[in-house]
Amino acid sequence: MTSTDQQPFLSVRDLKVHFSTEDGVVKAVDGLTFDLAKGKTLGIVGESGSGKSVTNLTILGLHDRERTAIDGEILLDGKELLTASERELEKLRGNKMSMIFQDALASLSPYHTIGKQIGETYRKHTGASKAEARARAIEMLKRVGIPQPDVRVDDYPHQFSGGMRQRAMIAMALVCDPELLIADEPTTALDVTVQAQIMDLLKDLQQEFGTAIIFITHDLGVIADIADDVLVMYGGRCVERGTKKEVLRAPQHPYTWGLLGSMPSLDGPVDVPLSPIPGSPPSLLNPPTGCRFHPRCTFTEKVTGGLCASAQPLLEITDGRGAACHLTADQRRDFFADFAATRSH
Amino acid sequence: MSNTNPLLDVTGLTKHFPVMGGFPFKRKIGAVQAVDGLDFQVAEGESLGLVGESGCGKSTTGRLITRLLEPTAGKISYRGQDITHAGRKQLAPIRSEIQMIFQDPYASLNPRQTVGKIISGPMEINGINPPGGHEKRVRELLETVGLNPEHYNRFPHEFSGGQRQRIGVARALALSPKLIVADEPVSALDVSIQAQVVNLLQDLQRDLGIAFLFIAHDLAIVRHFSQRVAVMYLGKIVEIANREDLYENPRHPYTRALMSAVPEATADDVPARERILLTGDVPSPLNPPSGCRFRTRCWKATDKCASEAPPLVQISGSNDGHLTACHYPETKETIPAQRLAKDPEAAV
Repeated sequence: MTSTDQQPFLSVRDLKVHFSTEDGVVKAVDGLTFDLAKGKTLGIVGESGSGKSVTNLTILGLHDRERTAIDGEILLDGKELLTASERELEKLRGNKMSMIFQDALASLSPYHTIGKQIGETYRKHTGASKAEARARAIEMLKRVGIPQPDVRVDDYPHQFSGGMRQRAMIAMALVCDPELLIADEPTTALDVTVQAQIMDLLKDLQQEFGTAIIFITHDLGVIADIADDVLVMYGGRCVERGTKKEVLRAPQHPYTWGLLGSMPSLDGPVDVPLSPIPGSPPSLLNPPTGCRFHPRCTFTEKVTGGLCASAQPLLEITDGRGAACHLTADQRRDFFADFAATRSH
Repeated sequence: MSNTNPLLDVTGLTKHFPVMGGFPFKRKIGAVQAVDGLDFQVAEGESLGLVGESGCGKSTTGRLITRLLEPTAGKISYRGQDITHAGRKQLAPIRSEIQMIFQDPYASLNPRQTVGKIISGPMEINGINPPGGHEKRVRELLETVGLNPEHYNRFPHEFSGGQRQRIGVARALALSPKLIVADEPVSALDVSIQAQVVNLLQDLQRDLGIAFLFIAHDLAIVRHFSQRVAVMYLGKIVEIANREDLYENPRHPYTRALMSAVPEATADDVPARERILLTGDVPSPLNPPSGCRFRTRCWKATDKCASEAPPLVQISGSNDGHLTACHYPETKETIPAQRLAKDPEAAV
């Protein structure tokens, strides 16, 4: 990101994704900009409906083209994806970029063996024979840590456990050594001990192949474990961006504070009640004016002139760090210090 | 808590689900040993957390206690009264004192009923006529759980997930229960909403003195909510202790591994806890390992673990009421000697 001066590997510029529905236009993503370098992991955090999954489906070109209005730019290795034809995208998907979904059982076909499903992607992109594809599938299963891969390759998805299915899906996503991997809540449905295994696996594979990873999650703990940079989304917009250390140690946006305050920890004080964010996430059909977080924000009255309700705060990024908030930098520092103090006693 | 009279006393609670198969006549060919010999107590006004991974039997336990399932063996006493096999009539007065909050706020509310109807349902069934009528009581309950009493006539689809869960809480409160079994009450909610509901439940526990059996997989939330915590693995309680003892001095290797696997939102380069990586998955409860059920994933397992099931007892070095089922318990000082190799062949 900041380390390289040349063109970043993935570059998303002012992305807007709007769906037209019977009730009106849903502004699922409304002006999102970020870069991702090879071998790095970008963590995208946000609650349901914040637009994090839509962003990534759009990168892959998996949105419904009829009903979706898209604006902005997505450059993958210098190639514009938004104007690319379906045929061009097909060549890229599964090959140069691929995705791991949350629900592995729903994403695998129950009628085909694991090996066949992994091999299919490989055959499509490399033109390999069936035997070669099978050998490749066994190799991939071995790499993601499935025991007895030469036997399990002929199993059907229902014969795998939850963790193994997720591994099989990772194997499928990585079969063509993609340069960009999008992981959409890949561990949310898994138990913590299995989650730890999967995250270690992703980290190992990234080190080995230099894959760029976009890791979508709602869990800041997972972010702390895997991400290099963090992007916090709220109501279809990025509210804060920075390196993992910056965002977790000195978050600048009241929403990020709220997320941290909502999470109990394993070694913090137990008698202090959690400090949740009041209210619930906005409807993107009719989002709040100004700052989309202002109806739930406890700092609105600290900003003079009612700016929060009237003007959209700009996300000014310097050196990859910034937050979209009307509070001044000094105010934010002081308020965060207060917030941190309440959490540690 | 070995108080004289616990609210709920469970001994040897067991539930085996038969597996039918065979041809041409179906017969029992095996049993899923979902819950196998649980012993625990819940004192009045206390919150007992039940944690474990999926398939460990924690939800089954909740359903056995509310008597939605018939136990295979063991005994459940509520206020000294044996309710293990109590019939419908006998259970009726007790059912109003033990209520349940469900995980999925979308599936657990009838979409065709108004909120008022949903919350007054338990009162109608039990023939309870509160002073001022059902509607007044429902409005009070809506206010208690932080919803607008004016929303009495709305339908569930008009509410967000967090608000629906509040409706579920209000319904559970309608009969002024003494014990609430909350089965993953917040896991379907967004992080910021989770905290709202946890705070609400905590206020209720404190203000109304309701005892909770709080079932969850999230160790941090259980720590926040429960004064006592039981850790389950494959149908058995492997460790049970006061919150402080369990989280500061976990004695069972599984408890320790489970805690070490929770990612924490800190940006420190050195993690707060040593990471213990378990290999493989939880074995099938259809055919659990002999002896200690955790031995197939445990880095300390020996032949003794395979032949002898460790009893759930207080071991030396633990505080009172801290019970652990392990032959080779951890101590504060032990750093896991053998790190588990990330060897795919070792995973079962």
